Amino acid sequence: MTGTLAAIGAGLAVIGAGIGIGNIGSKAMEAIARQPEVVGDIRSNMILMAALIEGAALIAIILSIFVK
Amino acid sequence: MSKFVAILKKRYKRIIRMKKFVVPFICLFVIMANTFIVEGAETHTAETENATHNHGECSCHHEEKYDPGASAFHHIADANAFHLFGDYYLPLPCLLYAPGKGFTFLMSNDFDMHHHGSGTKAIDGYVMVHGSIMRVNQEGFPMDGEVEVACYTEKTSEDGKVTFQVIYEEKCYALDKKTSYDGGIMGGGVTSFYDFGMTKNVFTMILAFLILFFLFRKAAVSYITRKGQAPKGVQAVIEPLFEFIRNEVAIPFLGSKYEKYLPYLMSIFFFILGLNLIGQLPFFPGSGNVTGNLSVTLVLAVIAALITNFSGNKNYWQHVFNMPGVPLPIKFILTPVELLGLFIKPMTLMLRLFANITAGHIVIIIFVSLIFIFGQAGENLGGSILGGVMAVPLTLFMMAIELLVAFVQAFVFCILTASYIGAAIEEHHEHH
Repeated sequence: MTGTLAAIGAGLAVIGAGIGIGNIGSKAMEAIARQPEVVGDIRSNMILMAALIEGAALIAIILSIFVK
Repeated sequence: MSKFVAILKKRYKRIIRMKKFVVPFICLFVIMANTFIVEGAETHTAETENATHNHGECSCHHEEKYDPGASAFHHIADANAFHLFGDYYLPLPCLLYAPGKGFTFLMSNDFDMHHHGSGTKAIDGYVMVHGSIMRVNQEGFPMDGEVEVACYTEKTSEDGKVTFQVIYEEKCYALDKKTSYDGGIMGGGVTSFYDFGMTKNVFTMILAFLILFFLFRKAAVSYITRKGQAPKGVQAVIEPLFEFIRNEVAIPFLGSKYEKYLPYLMSIFFFILGLNLIGQLPFFPGSGNVTGNLSVTLVLAVIAALITNFSGNKNYWQHVFNMPGVPLPIKFILTPVELLGLFIKPMTLMLRLFANITAGHIVIIIFVSLIFIFGQAGENLGGSILGGVMAVPLTLFMMAIELLVAFVQAFVFCILTASYIGAAIEEHHEHH
C-alpha cells in the first residue's frame, strides 16, 4: 500500500517536472527561432534550467522510492 | 454584458480547452490508482504468508519467485566481488574490521563463490551473500577460522524489512547487514563491522582514472610532437570536449579568473563522464555503477561545496547574511533561506547525478526483467521469447537515452558547479 502511494507520488512529481521542462523547451525553441545567432547561449541556459527543475523532481522521486 | 463574456471566454480559452484533457486524465488516474492499490494489497498478503512460512524453519529451500525490483537493486549496488562470467569472479582485496576482533584481510575469492555471488565458506564469522560481505551476529557460530556453510535464506520481519540468515549445520544464524556509509538509505547502514576493502566501485574508479590518465597523457604528448598541425587521434577526441567546457562553461560563468578553476572543472567533467560511460557497459570491465552510488556523488558534491564556499568573497557572504538593498524585516526571512540554500545546492547536485544514473540503470534492468516476468522465471519458453522480443528494442532505446544522459549529466554537474563558483567570486555590481 505504501509502495503504491509512493509510486503515485513519483508519477505526480514527474507531471510537474514535465510541464516545467516542456515550457523551457518551447520557449527556448521560440528564442532560437527568433535569434538563431545566439543558439549556443540559449542551449546551455536551457540545459541548466532543465537540470534545476529536474533536480526538484528527482528529489521527490528518490524520496518516494526510499520512504517505505 | 455579452461583450464581457466574450472577453472572458477569449482570455480563458486555454483553460477551457485544457478541460477536455484534464477530465479523462483524472478518470484514468483514478482507475489506475485503484488497480495498483488492489494489486499492492494482494502482493502484501502473499508476502506475509511467505514470511511466516519461512520463520522457524531452517532448510535450504529455494523460493524460485522472480522479483524484478530486488534484482534491479542487487545489480546497481556496490559489491565486494566483481562478476566476470558464469561462476567466475575477479578477486578483490577485502580489509574488514570488527571491534573486539581486529582486522581481517582476505581476497573475495576465499569465500569460494558459486551461484549469484554467494560464498560457500565463512571466514572469521564473515560470509559473502549476493556479492556483499556480511557478518554473523548470533551466538554459537564459530567466529574464528574457515567453516563450510550450506546456504543463505532471506527473512522478512513484520515491518517488511529483509534480513539474511546463514545456515550452518542445519541451524539458522542471523546476519548483520552489509556496511555502507550512506546512512542506510540504500538498505545498508553502519553495522557491527567496517569494510575498508576495495569494492567493485573502487576498482571501476581506479580503472577510469587510469584510462583518463593515459588518454590525456597521449593528448598532451601530441601537442608537443604535432605542433602547428591539425589534431589527430586521441587529441582530436579530447580537444573538442576540453574546448567546449572551457568556452561554454568556464569562461561565461567564471569570467577572467577562469584559469584558477579550470583544472577542477575539467577533472570533475571527465571523471563523471568516464565513469558514466564505463558504467554503461553491461559486462566486465564495466558494470560498476559508480556515479549511481550516493556515497560517490556525496563526496563530489561536498568537494564542490567546499570550493564554492572557500572561494566566496566578501560580496558573496554579504549576499548570504546581509542582503544589500533589502528592508530589515525581510532580512529575517531572507537570511535563513540563503543559509539553507548553501546546503540545498550541493544536495541537489548530489541527488541529480545519483538519481539520473540510477533511474537509467533500473529501467534497463526492468526491461531485461521482462524476459523473466513473461517467462515466469524460466518455466515458460514462449513467454521468454515474447519477453525477449519486447526487451531488446526497449533496452536498446534506453541505452541510447543513457548515452545522452551520460554526457548531459557530466555537463550539468560541471556547469552548475561553475555557476555556483561564479556566483561566489562575482565582483560587486552597483545595480541593487
